[in-house]
Amino acid sequence: MYGNAYIDPNEKANGILAGEDPIKLKEFENRIARGEKIEPKDWMPKEYRKQLIRMIEQHAHSEIIGALPEGTWITRAPGFRRKMALMAKVQDEVGHAQLLYSAAETLGKSREDMTNDLIIGKSKYSNVFNYPAFTWADACIIAWLIDAGAIINQVANAKGSYGPYCRALDRICTEESFHLKYGHDNVVTLATGTPIQRKMVQEALTRWWPPIMHFFGPSDKISQHSEILMRWKVKMASNDDMRQQFLNMYVPKIWDLGLVLPDPNLKLNEETKKWDYTEPDWDEFKRVINGGGPCNAERLAVRRMAEERGRWVRKALLNKSEQYVTPLA
Amino acid sequence: MKTEAIKELLYKMADDLLIIGHRNSEWTGLGPILEEDIAFSSMAQDKIGQSQALFQLLHELGEQEPDTVAFMRNANQFHNAQFLELPNGDYDFSLMRHFLYDVADQLRFEMLANSSYEPLAKVARKVKGELKYHVFHANTWITKLGAATEESHVRMQTALNDSWNYALGLFEEGPFEKQLAEEGIFEGEAALQKRWLETITPVLDKATLTIPAASTWEPKLGGRNCFHTEHLQPLVEEMSEVFRVDPSAEW
Repeated sequence: MYGNAYIDPNEKANGILAGEDPIKLKEFENRIARGEKIEPKDWMPKEYRKQLIRMIEQHAHSEIIGALPEGTWITRAPGFRRKMALMAKVQDEVGHAQLLYSAAETLGKSREDMTNDLIIGKSKYSNVFNYPAFTWADACIIAWLIDAGAIINQVANAKGSYGPYCRALDRICTEESFHLKYGHDNVVTLATGTPIQRKMVQEALTRWWPPIMHFFGPSDKISQHSEILMRWKVKMASNDDMRQQFLNMYVPKIWDLGLVLPDPNLKLNEETKKWDYTEPDWDEFKRVINGGGPCNAERLAVRRMAEERGRWVRKALLNKSEQYVTPLA
Repeated sequence: MKTEAIKELLYKMADDLLIIGHRNSEWTGLGPILEEDIAFSSMAQDKIGQSQALFQLLHELGEQEPDTVAFMRNANQFHNAQFLELPNGDYDFSLMRHFLYDVADQLRFEMLANSSYEPLAKVARKVKGELKYHVFHANTWITKLGAATEESHVRMQTALNDSWNYALGLFEEGPFEKQLAEEGIFEGEAALQKRWLETITPVLDKATLTIPAASTWEPKLGGRNCFHTEHLQPLVEEMSEVFRVDPSAEW
């Protein structure tokens, strides 16, 4: 599950096409305009490669970091049915990371380099996973609404221009649609359950609403230089458009369950047919994405520990003198 | 009497699977490579599902619902071998436990596929097909890591030494061995242990790993009679944490 690629607004937008062969660039843009997919060995501008690596890598990191807040609830899931479903869901997310790292590798950055950039804090991942899942209900809200947001983003990006990423996203979206059903079923159970369960799910929703509103990235008003990325079909929909789509699809469903959203200004504007809402706190978003959130340090520490503890295994796998063993497939 | 014997057999198998499934699932997100996160999660899902099938058989013999039995007991009511409740440790110990236990379990279910107790035989025929892949996974990794680098060899040998007496505890005999064998329900722990040794020895040889000398063998017993290490109670409490938030609720 994943929101939208975060583009640092301070990054210089000028000169990104400097030095590109104008004829090749024209042909490249024509192919994209015709709806063709760009494949790994095809010519592409340096900036296209760079932005795609950044985006796919962020997406992959989000999948493995996202496995942490939900994964902690596997051992506590109430009953066989919930436990089996949650294990399968989190396993899917790790599988998505595997697919995405391999898509990013086709652009020339190894999984090892990406992992290193993650654990030294150089690469980003979806900001929502820097918040804790305090209760079982938090894990249910994540599975429903964060995955719902991810689907909106990923369905859009699956129509993008880079073949390997689009194909990975097609597979991912199919699985995510089951996660959405799983999450919805859980939230419905809690929202229609005992007073304790209702209180639990309402509190989780209240906690998660600000991160959910942040999920699609900064408002278009403050998010710059996405024009060329949209022309290249790297970015397929604006942050605000995706946020509107999400609100349109899910606010009525949330209200149907008798749950309250912590934004008194949230309503469908009859004139514009768009949702009015209180502008999310983008300073908080920036603070969290730059390392100041409640769980940033913990998430990276867990990844670092896993990398450290697994190093001997990876080293052993690389050993050329190893004996022949039966292949896995 | 016969029902009591079958229940004793089912309880230890179901609890073994539930507890190792729980431990396997703890690797989710933390494996040495992504592919191993995924593999341990698959095995955890199989094992939890297999334990559910056995709890269902117990339910049909008059015990409570699978969810109630699995999630609402205290540690001193569990019949799993102590080996399976030990914390995961590093990947070396988890992998060695996976190998030693899964081979035993596969052989156990193969024996049970011909059990005269048909409900169990039916479950066993399905489960042994799943366990084939678990053992395939274990054999591949044990062979690879046992002989890859000096560090991996030392780690795997240490894991084998540390595991050994606990693994022997898997074959702790129960009060109904003779009766189960006579009735053609289960041939018995001693027969299982013999087959297990015959099966693991060539794999360990290939992995250049050495089974500890027989003079040092001291099986860690007690698990089958609900005596456990200090590690089981926290595990059981974690497993029931959400249930206990509101025991009257449907989850």
